[in-house]
Amino acid sequence: MGRQLSEAITDGILGGGVYALMAVGLTLIFGVLDIINIAQGILVVLAAYLSYVLSVHLHIDLFVGLLVTVPAMFVIGVAIHWAFIRPLRGRERTSMSLLASYAVAIIIEGLLYLFFGSNYENLRAWYVTSSVKVLGFYLNYIYIFGFALAIVLVLALYITLYRTQFGRSIRATMQDRTAARLVGIDVNRVAALTFGIGVAVTAAGGMVFGATGGGFNPNTGYDLISRLLAIIILGGLGSIAGAMVAAIFMITLEGVVDVLWSPSWSVVVFYAALVLVLAFRPRGLFGRTAARAQ
Amino acid sequence: MSSQTARPAPTRGLALRLASLGIALVLVALFPLVITNALYVQFAVLTLIYVAAVSAWNLFSGYSGYISLGHAVFFGVGAYTVGLVTQHWHVLGGDIFALLPLGGLAAAAVAVPFGLIALRVRRHTFVVITIAIFFIFQLMAFNFNFTGGVNGVSTPFFLWLAGSYNTPFYYVAMIIAVGTILLSWLIRGSRFGLQLLAIRDDEDRARGLGVRPMQVKLTAFAISAGITGMIGGLWWFYIGQALPETAFNPVLDLSLALMAFLGGFGTLAGPVLGALLLEPLQQYVSIQSTNGYYGQIFLGALFLLVILFLPRGIVPVASERLTSWRARRERRGQPPTGRVTAAAPSAAVAPAAGRGVGPGTESGTPSAGSVR
Repeated sequence: MGRQLSEAITDGILGGGVYALMAVGLTLIFGVLDIINIAQGILVVLAAYLSYVLSVHLHIDLFVGLLVTVPAMFVIGVAIHWAFIRPLRGRERTSMSLLASYAVAIIIEGLLYLFFGSNYENLRAWYVTSSVKVLGFYLNYIYIFGFALAIVLVLALYITLYRTQFGRSIRATMQDRTAARLVGIDVNRVAALTFGIGVAVTAAGGMVFGATGGGFNPNTGYDLISRLLAIIILGGLGSIAGAMVAAIFMITLEGVVDVLWSPSWSVVVFYAALVLVLAFRPRGLFGRTAARAQ
Repeated sequence: MSSQTARPAPTRGLALRLASLGIALVLVALFPLVITNALYVQFAVLTLIYVAAVSAWNLFSGYSGYISLGHAVFFGVGAYTVGLVTQHWHVLGGDIFALLPLGGLAAAAVAVPFGLIALRVRRHTFVVITIAIFFIFQLMAFNFNFTGGVNGVSTPFFLWLAGSYNTPFYYVAMIIAVGTILLSWLIRGSRFGLQLLAIRDDEDRARGLGVRPMQVKLTAFAISAGITGMIGGLWWFYIGQALPETAFNPVLDLSLALMAFLGGFGTLAGPVLGALLLEPLQQYVSIQSTNGYYGQIFLGALFLLVILFLPRGIVPVASERLTSWRARRERRGQPPTGRVTAAAPSAAVAPAAGRGVGPGTESGTPSAGSVR
């Protein structure tokens, strides 16, 4: 039991890194555009299928394939923003954009079913099947590589946000859209690029998820988005550090419940933790205080 | 909606309105007697189920502005409650209809703790929490022993003939649908309804004026949930089986929102119109296409079109056009004094009913940013 537990915690921390990456994209989009991209879950699955096609049909290594899938997902993100999010105006914009992204999600889900069917797929490579002995138990290389990738990308995002002019304009827009516009920031361009970046990280997330999870099919998107939503709400909407901490915490918690209790209840505990936290702290762990009205 | 425009209209218009409503009701009541094709009646039963469900959804979400994507929880709780009680007490045949209020009570009971948690947060967080709670319930239906797990709950034998199988369901669905619409209309004109609308327009200001938002929202949430639970019970009885993925179905939530937005979010007639247009269409598409995924893509695409090109819905846009057309015609036909003042309030009220756009909400956005 003790060894299983430490294994679950290690897996949780390493697996949580990927969720952190996907959740940071989601919370970034929320912070800048004030919308919740429900399509994030299915976009992760789409990215996993892209990696799948590249590796199975073109025999490109999964990590090398990211050079194709990351820009591809970025373009898809910018396109979704341009076509369905940007035109929305008016008072119900937040609710409408949520519904619009939900609609985009079910369209992508339907298309994926048409192209790939409902069979569960897995991404394969040598580092997915072989493992290394760490601290007395075996760990697949993909967990280590995936965690390293997540750290590299989160660092890159961090540097972009906090050390570049563009990052400064993103943070300014997150703090106050109107004031950002007043000091000469092209808010629409920032919004489009942020949406693109937020979606582009799903390329890496989808690849690692497809290789480490228990297989994926188009329906997996629901499972993913509900977890990601739980994570970003727990972390506090719009908080990047919060999303990372919450991702590691929740995925580890799930793994621990899995070992101590039963796999079929671990997901319920996951959401129950969210509900419990919100009952005492409605704005999440790291959330900003609620602004007036909306 | 109709009550708003009816006020300044002459009594002849009101009589006409009531007469046309009466005729519509009679036509709906006669439908299964005239149309004997079982498939069409089946479509009609499902459409009425959706008319009732979307009206119940609108009673909370449309009036308060809190969009719930978790009403499938109440639908499923109602379905499972009625199903399990039927099995447990060995209820047979038409007596099962008497159990529907029990399903409604169970759903309302679930709505109270659900609402106490979910209604504390901001509007878009509320949407997300309803989705999360929805998934908890679906998982519980899968995992508990008493819910039957993946096998769900099935109906026992029936006592009436297959030929007229649909008829009792049709009338029960009609009663619930008409009752829900009537209740929505009564609430809309009541003090309680005005408090809900005030919360939708500006919750903080409503609080400042003495409305207790939590109490009002929670009451509306529980009423809406109770009706949805009854409909869930009826649906279970009609379909004959509740599975975790069909009773707690995310597509139901999306369909309800789509119907309400298509017809006119927050209006009385809009959601009904949305259900009458969309549910037969969805049934038709699902029968025509051999592959269910085309129906799904179609639903999503339609949703996007509505959001992009008709975000306010059919009813508010149509009624505004009608009002301005009437005002123009009356101005041309008669001297402007008196008539214009009669038309002006209706023109001012109609957009407010549809959208609730006020000067305060626009100025609220920048100040919200600075408070952060």
